[in-house]
Amino acid sequence: MINKIVQTMAEAMAGIGDGAVVLLGGFGSIGQPNALIDGLIEHGAKDLTVVSNNAGVGRISLARLLELGRVRKIICSYPRSVDPVVFEELYRAGKIELEIVPQGTLAERMRAAGAGIPAFFTATAVGTKLAAGKERRDIGGRQYLLEEALAGDVALIEAWEADRWGNLTYRSSARNFNPVMAMAATLTIAQAQHIVDLGALDPERIATPGIYVNRVLHVPYGEPTVT
Amino acid sequence: MNETAAKVDAKCRPMTRAEMAARVARDIPEGWYVNLGIGAPLQVADYVPPEREVIFHSENGVLGMGPAPAAEEINRWLINAGKQYVTLREGGAYMHHADSFGLIRGGHLDLCVLGAFQVAENGDIANWSISDNDSAPAVGGAMDLAVGARRVWVLMEHQTKSGESRLVRRCTYPLTALGVVKRVYTNLAVLDVTPDGFAVRDMVDGLTLDALQKVTDAPVRPPMR
Repeated sequence: MINKIVQTMAEAMAGIGDGAVVLLGGFGSIGQPNALIDGLIEHGAKDLTVVSNNAGVGRISLARLLELGRVRKIICSYPRSVDPVVFEELYRAGKIELEIVPQGTLAERMRAAGAGIPAFFTATAVGTKLAAGKERRDIGGRQYLLEEALAGDVALIEAWEADRWGNLTYRSSARNFNPVMAMAATLTIAQAQHIVDLGALDPERIATPGIYVNRVLHVPYGEPTVT
Repeated sequence: MNETAAKVDAKCRPMTRAEMAARVARDIPEGWYVNLGIGAPLQVADYVPPEREVIFHSENGVLGMGPAPAAEEINRWLINAGKQYVTLREGGAYMHHADSFGLIRGGHLDLCVLGAFQVAENGDIANWSISDNDSAPAVGGAMDLAVGARRVWVLMEHQTKSGESRLVRRCTYPLTALGVVKRVYTNLAVLDVTPDGFAVRDMVDGLTLDALQKVTDAPVRPPMR
């Protein structure tokens, strides 16, 4: 019997190594797998490359992971927030490497990794300083940049409901990067607010089929309190 | 700088932020799919009457975004790209980030309204970073929206706080995209970006083309007929 549901955080985090590329779901704090990030902090992996749309708020969750010095490099589109103090301190001190990627290119690079596409062309960022070092090509009279796929060793994501096969649904805009990251990592770990019986999820509503998911941890934390 | 920092003609009253948003809203027809950039452009939605069905997209995966909810009706999983709580209209849909930017990049949006630091007479836009030495640059979805939407309109003050023109011959701030802006709405005028540069569509009451030119770095032309 397939059962991807794990009972403890230690089981969820097992095998995440130093130097891993870790994809973190969420847009701001919505859909961000905060319990799993706390678990990763406890687990202790370091020298990580983190891919996340944002770079943390306050001193909790992702910001705490950064503050503890576990992250060598962050790849994100928007490292600002209402309170990005930890990231800004590390960045100014030269203690973290930053790769800025336009938000749509960031999403598509991961989708491409999950879909077996090594690179793609996009008009985004042509003629800007984010085009530095990228191959540029004229296709049909328009300029495009070559962007390479971005795969993760691990994805930590948040779902609304999950079953033991790892099928997932999401809640409203908390879907965001989560299904894309689930596709793009070798080891995808989901925290879910609700665990339901196999067969209880309407197949029309499953946004991430279980083929992309390796482990599920039940984390019924209630409502997010910050955005 | 002295010339571009000139005061606007005393006989005219520049539009307020709310009036600027209402002015943009007037030009958005029923049926358009529209993304409003974070900041001032978001206010445009407040001036599209509900009976005119315009479908707003937020790049974090919301199509059919409605106004802010009453405090007791907040859905804490439903935010816009500015990370504010919003609502979903009847007929609205959610999607993941790759699909959300797929509809942007794929040219499915009729319009994106962006804020900007500068717009050049060739349609270049600078709206994400004010310096090449930015402490921590943050681009978000600006570059994807600027190249992906079928039309890009910019909503911005005509001048900076220190009186420099934001409508320029060539952008001096880091670029967001090349040659994409079709129209600019400022607190003084609405201008189309044409192959011949900025052409005035309309101006606030009491302003003359000469007075507008005095506060505009790039040449401005009368309306093309």
